[in-house]
Amino acid sequence: MSEKEDKEMFASGHRMCAGCGEGIAMRTILNEAGPNTIATVATGCLEVTTTAYPQTSWEIPLIHSAFENAASVASGIEVALKQMDKKGETNIMSFAGDGGTFDIGFQALSGMFERKHNVTHICLDNEAYMNTGIQRCSSTPYGASTTTSPAGKFSIGEDRPKKPLARISAAHDIPYVATATIAHIKDLKKKVRKALDADGPALVHVFAPCPTGWRHASNDSVELARLAVETGVFVLWEAEDGEICDLNITHKPKERKPVGEYLKKQRRFAHLTEEHIEKIQKEIDEKCEQYGF
Amino acid sequence: MGEQKGLTIQGNMATALGAKLCRPDVIPAYPITPSTLFPEKISEYIADGELDASMIRVESEHSAMSACIGASSIGARTCTASASQGIALMHEMLFIASGMRLPIVMAVGNRALSAPINIWADHQDTIASRDSGWLQFYAEKNQEGLDLMILAFKIAEDERVLLPAMVGIDGFVLTHTVEGVKVPAQEDVDEFLPPYEPPHGKLDPKEPMTFGSLGTPEYYQELKYDQVEAMDKSPEVIDEIFEEFEKEFGREYNRITPYKCDDAEIILLTMGSMTGTARAAVDEMREDGEKVGLAKLTVFRPFPGDLLKEIAGDAKGLAVVDRNISPGFGGAVFAESAGIFINEKKKPLMKNFIVGLGGREIFKKNFKEMYKKTKKSVEKGSVDKMVEWINMDEKVMR
Ligand SMILES: Cc1ncc(C[n+]2csc(CCOP(=O)(O)OP(=O)(O)O)c2C)c(N)n1
Ligand SMILES: [Mg+2]
Repeated sequence: MSEKEDKEMFASGHRMCAGCGEGIAMRTILNEAGPNTIATVATGCLEVTTTAYPQTSWEIPLIHSAFENAASVASGIEVALKQMDKKGETNIMSFAGDGGTFDIGFQALSGMFERKHNVTHICLDNEAYMNTGIQRCSSTPYGASTTTSPAGKFSIGEDRPKKPLARISAAHDIPYVATATIAHIKDLKKKVRKALDADGPALVHVFAPCPTGWRHASNDSVELARLAVETGVFVLWEAEDGEICDLNITHKPKERKPVGEYLKKQRRFAHLTEEHIEKIQKEIDEKCEQYGF
Repeated sequence: MGEQKGLTIQGNMATALGAKLCRPDVIPAYPITPSTLFPEKISEYIADGELDASMIRVESEHSAMSACIGASSIGARTCTASASQGIALMHEMLFIASGMRLPIVMAVGNRALSAPINIWADHQDTIASRDSGWLQFYAEKNQEGLDLMILAFKIAEDERVLLPAMVGIDGFVLTHTVEGVKVPAQEDVDEFLPPYEPPHGKLDPKEPMTFGSLGTPEYYQELKYDQVEAMDKSPEVIDEIFEEFEKEFGREYNRITPYKCDDAEIILLTMGSMTGTARAAVDEMREDGEKVGLAKLTVFRPFPGDLLKEIAGDAKGLAVVDRNISPGFGGAVFAESAGIFINEKKKPLMKNFIVGLGGREIFKKNFKEMYKKTKKSVEKGSVDKMVEWINMDEKVMR
């Protein structure tokens, strides 16, 4: 344990659900970042479960203002610190869910990337708007039933594939982009460190299962994150210095498991037929081929 | 008239059901507490084939209102739902919707604004869009939420009005609370609200026209006058449509509804769900012999000054109860009420009470306290403190 990890930076006693993937991610990420860090957070589960007045779970300075602007507020902090003559050793991080990153926060994020602020954005991806009760987002995968993409007589649930947020981010030519999960903790730490050490904007896209929204057993969250990688549903990679043609796949499953193993543990996919699952499997096979495995 | 089915449902379901009965074509929406159940219900109706409409699951409220504007400009019946930060984010587009005279309807779950973030009821979100040119309706109960959605479409689409409209139901107190409602039969709503056809044109390649042109100083003021005049003249249309609704569906609506006001010396003016509690308080005070009445505001925009003068002009005191605050002055309903009486010789003494911000409870005893304070001012013949906050933690009061 390094010096900076002596103290937990993410205090327990927050109000997250049992088995929340975001909690596991946050503990790892904040401990890696250490005390010399300033953070912004978007509205969402992370914010409401950790900041209820008069308490806070954050041992570092934190500002929450709205849902769509975590990266813009972080831009302001970063420039102001420079302007006010600070040495620039402080980590500036912005935190948001998938909604706050893929959808409503995307303009702010793209602007922060393009202006080359020295900010690390962490996206905690649980594949829907969970804080408001499981509505679909552009991060929601094909076939998932949510409250605004419900499976029904005339609907198979979400009918769009997941938006490739990390690849779009990498296309901004920024120094560091990586994907990570809560099942690969060492990998997550390493990637957060690289992101913070990069000279310029960085994104770490963290896959964080949500028992409440995905309707899986709360002790299965880590297992599901692992299965997502082992089935090829979620690919672990990093891109340094805007290298988007030659992604570094950081973990290749030796033998890919069938996607059914992943889907069947979650009730959000319970309505899918074998035919649907075959279709999803085919799409994953094609995607993995693109990634070169 | 077809039978009105009885249902016991939450407020959001009531507004969603009201919207569904109006057969909207396009519903762009974005989730936000406490109004999210609205788009969720609409999604369900569509997924189950009960509603032939398209939902756009947009990526922000700014895009929700923008998509409403797009859909409405080709003549689609369009609605959405939002609250609080969502309405704040669509602020820019609210003015554009009304400026283009697009009869979009929005169901609102009224909620406080950040910071600090708070998901509970007050009227700050819609009051902050007071000047956006939208008609504003506020419901006391879920039945009103359902009915006002139907009424809002009918009024908004009337050629004499052609303005967007919002229907507010208080967050959680109504949005998430189960109440009995009567649901008009579809065929009766169809008759009451025929399909929408924009009377002055739409985006149509057969008859090209430009929406949202540049309004130079030469034209801008007249164009605004036109828009504002439509709002100013809308009370007549609103009264007419309220009456037609009552004939058709048997429920009475007024821009302001008086209760025990005839001989009242002091009148409480309320808006939204607090009215039920106020009514109970008035009943109890009446039993104790107090000459107190209640006026419920259903339409905040256009502000029904004409009716308020009739109802409260002869009273000795008017206690205006606001679930919103304009820092630096007082509550919005109070400001408007005071403005209405400015040139009148005969007018009540007025006091403003700020209540229920961010979901703070409002009790009967609070209304009794407001009454007493107003009565004291009346007896004294002057008002010491114009704006008072009620049900506060005394420790923070100076
Ligand atoms: C402008 C605005 N629109 C909508 C909301 C309501 N809202 C708060 S959190 C949230 C969902 C957050 O989803 P995500 O970013 O995926 O984070 P999660 O809660 O799933 O971790 C929504 C829709 C808001 N606070 N502000
Ligand atoms: Mg999410």
